[in-house]
Amino acid sequence: MRLTAEEEAIRAGRRGEPARRALEMQLAVGDFFGAERMVPVTSAHLTGDPESMGEAGLAFVEDLVRQGARFVVPATTNSCNVDFDLYRSLGQPEEVAEKERRLRALITAMGGTLLTSCANYQALGPPAFGESLAWGDTGAVIYANAVCGARSNFEGGPASYAAALTGRVPAYGMHLDACRRGTHLVQVRDQPRCVSDWGALGVFVGRQLTNYWLVPVFSGIEAAPDADALKHLGATLASYGSLAMFHIVGVTPEARTLDEAFGGRPPRETIAVEPGALERTYSSFVPEKPEVDVVVFGTPHLSIEEIRRLAALLDGATVNPRTMLLLTTSAPIKAMADREGRTRVIEAAGGRIAVGVCYYIMSPREMARRHGLRTIVTDSAKLANIIAAYGYNPIFRPTARCVEAAVAGRIPR
Amino acid sequence: MTAPLVLTGHPGVGEVVEGEALVSAEGFSARYDLDRSTGTIARESHPLYGRSIAGKVLVCPLAKGGFATSWALLDLKSRRLAPVAMLFGWANPVMVQGAVLAGVALMDRLSPDPVAVIRTGDRVRVDPRAARVEVWPMAVPTTTNAR
Repeated sequence: MRLTAEEEAIRAGRRGEPARRALEMQLAVGDFFGAERMVPVTSAHLTGDPESMGEAGLAFVEDLVRQGARFVVPATTNSCNVDFDLYRSLGQPEEVAEKERRLRALITAMGGTLLTSCANYQALGPPAFGESLAWGDTGAVIYANAVCGARSNFEGGPASYAAALTGRVPAYGMHLDACRRGTHLVQVRDQPRCVSDWGALGVFVGRQLTNYWLVPVFSGIEAAPDADALKHLGATLASYGSLAMFHIVGVTPEARTLDEAFGGRPPRETIAVEPGALERTYSSFVPEKPEVDVVVFGTPHLSIEEIRRLAALLDGATVNPRTMLLLTTSAPIKAMADREGRTRVIEAAGGRIAVGVCYYIMSPREMARRHGLRTIVTDSAKLANIIAAYGYNPIFRPTARCVEAAVAGRIPR
Repeated sequence: MTAPLVLTGHPGVGEVVEGEALVSAEGFSARYDLDRSTGTIARESHPLYGRSIAGKVLVCPLAKGGFATSWALLDLKSRRLAPVAMLFGWANPVMVQGAVLAGVALMDRLSPDPVAVIRTGDRVRVDPRAARVEVWPMAVPTTTNAR
């Protein structure tokens, strides 16, 4: 890799041991992917919560802080493991909260911002077109690339910390024009009508394209999607397919035309989304029993619009006493929901809004044991995908059906 | 000893290691598939369900899913539950970042396709810098020593 004078200085240890170590890791990753240079980034979104990091990851970050690590670009945190107001009543172990406190102190010491959101682009605002980023949450990365036209690879745990310490990343993958162009054409003939339908579309495509280096191009979309629809599509494609980029012709900024989306190359293959495909996608999540143990909204974090919609659906309703209803969002959005009275409506119905957390990193095994949870109903296809590894029976359904399930305590037919 | 089957590619990350192959026709993610407390595949529909990846050369077509894998390998290694090496058809950034941090050997884009030619139980030697993988097939029982 060609390094600038500044990068050579970092490599020589003149910006301290943490930055030197970080750059060495970045060079190894860059070499693997054939990067020829580094590219400066404007921000990092840090992925690493104690649940994901484990004790070894925490010790790694503690070591960085002991050596005087300081972030050189704005660095925000991804979702965390506990909402300190709720974790006890939810049955999360005290030890998890303790680790969360430890990590927060470390990030603050390095100059990071405790945003604790996986939808940083809705909590703080989206990046600009062409901005180079070192973002870690896969759903945030694909949103930044596809919807905003910013540029980021999946900068996983240690990589997002490394980028925050050096202020740069290796230039490969989504930083290069060639990697951002479409590879597969998706002809949509089953129109998505709500945010979870966009998730279902993401499942349908993400199950077929399971490679970071593929880029679907959606055509045939009749109604332009809003930010929440794109959030669900992106997070689902990233989750099922490990994809970091997509285009929607006439909607996303690097796909004004089909030809632009593909960069003049022909698609390698075409995927047809025939009428009924979205319904069949929902039906592929098969309940083992009719009773619903827990209903969760908010992976990625809910926007204020989504909370308003849920509050309207729950207004005057009562959640079945044997069913847990949980919403997850960021602190800024929760504050807005409080101010608008939405929180009151949701709580009156028997739901709770947890701040800064995502369900799958909230000690889901311990919660399942404590509350006897097995069947989880959600309008988040991403959550439905992840939570199966934690011993749950995930049922992905449209938002309104999920609310019905919470109220009835049973999965509606 | 018979000559090993040789797979070649481009340079990977990590040191030279040897181990027993654990081959999956499906991709792998530490969050989506693994119980990280035990190092065993915990998603019931995964072809390796119930198998431990500890000490193995994990061979699969794709690196799946999100960022958790970037941390998971270091944590698994500290508890002696990590694979010694991973061979993918295609790796993604989070898997490579995790392998670099943990010092787990990783290679991808090998020829011939490792998922097609390596079988669970085969002895595998991975040399990432030389861009070379050697495979000794698991001993096939003959009629005389078979049970």
